[in-house]
Amino acid sequence: MEILVCVKRVPDTAENEIEVKSDGTDIERDDLVYSVNEWDNYAVEEAIQIRDNVGSGSVTVISVGDEESEEILRREMAMGADNGILLSDDAFEGSDGKGLATILKAEIEKGKYDLILTGAQADDGAAQVGGMLAAMLDIPYASLVNYLEVIDDKKLKVGREIEGGNQEMNEIDLPCVLSIQTGINEPRYVGIRGIRKVASVEIPVHAASDLGIAADAIGQANAKVKRVDYFVPDLGEGAEMLEGDTEEIVNKLIELLKAKGGLK
Amino acid sequence: MAQIFAYITHKNGVADDMALELVAAANKIEAGAKVTAILTGSGADLDKVCNEMAASYSEVWKIDNAAMAHPNAEVIRKALVNILPGDAILLGPHDTFGMDLSPGLSIKINSTFVPDVVDIEGMDGSNLKVIRQEYSGMATTHILCDVSSGSVLNVRGGVFQADESKSAGGQVVDKSGDAGDLTVGRRFLEIVVAEVGDVDITKSDVLVSIGRGIEDEDNIEIAQELAEAMGADVSCSRPIVDAKWMEKSRQVGTSGQTVKPKVYLALGISGSFQHLGGIKGAPFIVAINKNPKAPIFQVADIGIITDILDFMPELTEKIAG
Ligand SMILES: Cc1cc2nc3c(=O)[nH]c(=O)nc-3n(C[C@H](O)[C@H](O)[C@H](O)COP(=O)(O)OP(=O)(O)OC[C@H]3O[C@@H](n4cnc5c(N)ncnc54)[C@H](O)[C@@H]3O)c2cc1C
Ligand SMILES: Nc1ncnc2c1ncn2[C@@H]1O[C@H](COP(=O)(O)O)[C@@H](O)[C@H]1O
Repeated sequence: MEILVCVKRVPDTAENEIEVKSDGTDIERDDLVYSVNEWDNYAVEEAIQIRDNVGSGSVTVISVGDEESEEILRREMAMGADNGILLSDDAFEGSDGKGLATILKAEIEKGKYDLILTGAQADDGAAQVGGMLAAMLDIPYASLVNYLEVIDDKKLKVGREIEGGNQEMNEIDLPCVLSIQTGINEPRYVGIRGIRKVASVEIPVHAASDLGIAADAIGQANAKVKRVDYFVPDLGEGAEMLEGDTEEIVNKLIELLKAKGGLK
Repeated sequence: MAQIFAYITHKNGVADDMALELVAAANKIEAGAKVTAILTGSGADLDKVCNEMAASYSEVWKIDNAAMAHPNAEVIRKALVNILPGDAILLGPHDTFGMDLSPGLSIKINSTFVPDVVDIEGMDGSNLKVIRQEYSGMATTHILCDVSSGSVLNVRGGVFQADESKSAGGQVVDKSGDAGDLTVGRRFLEIVVAEVGDVDITKSDVLVSIGRGIEDEDNIEIAQELAEAMGADVSCSRPIVDAKWMEKSRQVGTSGQTVKPKVYLALGISGSFQHLGGIKGAPFIVAINKNPKAPIFQVADIGIITDILDFMPELTEKIAG
């Protein structure tokens, strides 16, 4: 099975305090720690497991981003992906979800993939690129997949996570696009040695002209959904903060917990 | 102004809570708008919800088809492509169904799409100005969305105050005949219901809830000791379950359990809307987090900025005496 996995380089929210720049144009990017989007890591692991279980085919990881995105492609190749492709061009910058899906579609149509995986969502919580891509390619889609079983070379059985921890089982025809939910597997650990092994593998970079993408379909100027600014919303009071030394805080908290029925 | 629609999800003849919130959202796009609800499904349950929705929507479009007995987004998308006018503004829920349906729908009807809308400021020329959040709620943005050839907007649950006025006096219109060919490449099989765990956290009065801030599986013991001293149960956020450190039945949130405790201790939990969506009944929330910017502090009653790994043992010791 030929599998393509879309991956994005994002600021790691577990490692960073995200601050909005005072002029509202962006978040503070100095000193940000970046990593591969958490959901995409599960998608790559799933692809590798499918390839290994089926016993044939390959896993290609692909990212739209600047040259620094090469680092996450390499990381996913160290996990076990066979190929990496970077889609990079100044013209791609500021694309909205539809623009991104347009770029990915152009590359996908140059190959022949049986299965395309994305993460369920990325850093801006949009959860849109996979569904858009499927619609553009006119193939079936299932989101939030947390179970996957290959039935034969024509179809899969997939579980979708729905509300309340319940699972919706579906049969889906190949080729298709699936967005992968966290928890579907346990992504393997990537050590320094693994990274070193793929350090010199060449990762092709494709620009708009290589992909034959019309200039009016992508980029900031053609985005019909645009971020105008970042701002700090007025959120009212928020929590009463307990301050002081630990002993004071502990005593105050115990008092409050007793009053609210939090201690038995 | 383009016609505004709201897609209403429902189960067992009961509309989702979002049904009345979407009325309020539509009114933020255009005050006093005549909004059309769209419901898909099959049989008596569908009729019942449609009739109820007529009180809140000026028109209710019903699409009844056996293929829609279970809400398969692939099927529903096809039907909506056939019945929506070209410049429709369609509101839907930003939940596991909306995520499945809407991005692809926007492509198929050549409109724009905005996911997870948390507020609507109104029209600005041919653009609609809305508010979204990024980075798990740590940054807030204004978005301009061109609606001139239609738009699909998925709205976060619980952010708009439900419009309970029920004064629309609408009528139900049967659109079943316009749905068209509904064959798709994805077929619904069954629902697998979540397993019941050893402890039912939905019945707990006091929860000691841990998130990614617990850092390591071995540290869970520290939280268990605190819970024991307090007479509480331990629950958790999703990453703890994803890491297989705790059972799925202990997960609080939209894709886990809905809990209604009196007291909720959020330890090393950032406060994503999916996590908060599982906490009901307005408990007394204590948030302990080392990041003063964590969104959890906006919803908590009491906040403490500290390392939970240092703080928990101190608290346990003092309570245990
Ligand atoms: C469809 C869908 C459904 C979802 N359903 C759920 C759900 O049901 N439940 C759920 O919880 N999530 C759910 N999520 C995931 C959700 O979006 C968040 O990713 C998740 O809630 C984050 O969990 P967290 O707060 O534990 O981790 P993080 O967001 O990583 O936050 C960890 C926090 O711990 C703090 N911290 C770190 N170390 C320490 C320390 N030593 N001391 C004190 N503080 C520390 C950090 O400052 C940070 O604020 C869902 C996501 C999707 C897409
Ligand atoms: N720039 C990108 N390059 C490659 N894949 C992306 C990119 N942006 C989003 N994706 C994919 O789409 C998924 C959902 O992202 P989003 O729709 O932005 O929330 C991600 O998990 C990725 O798999």
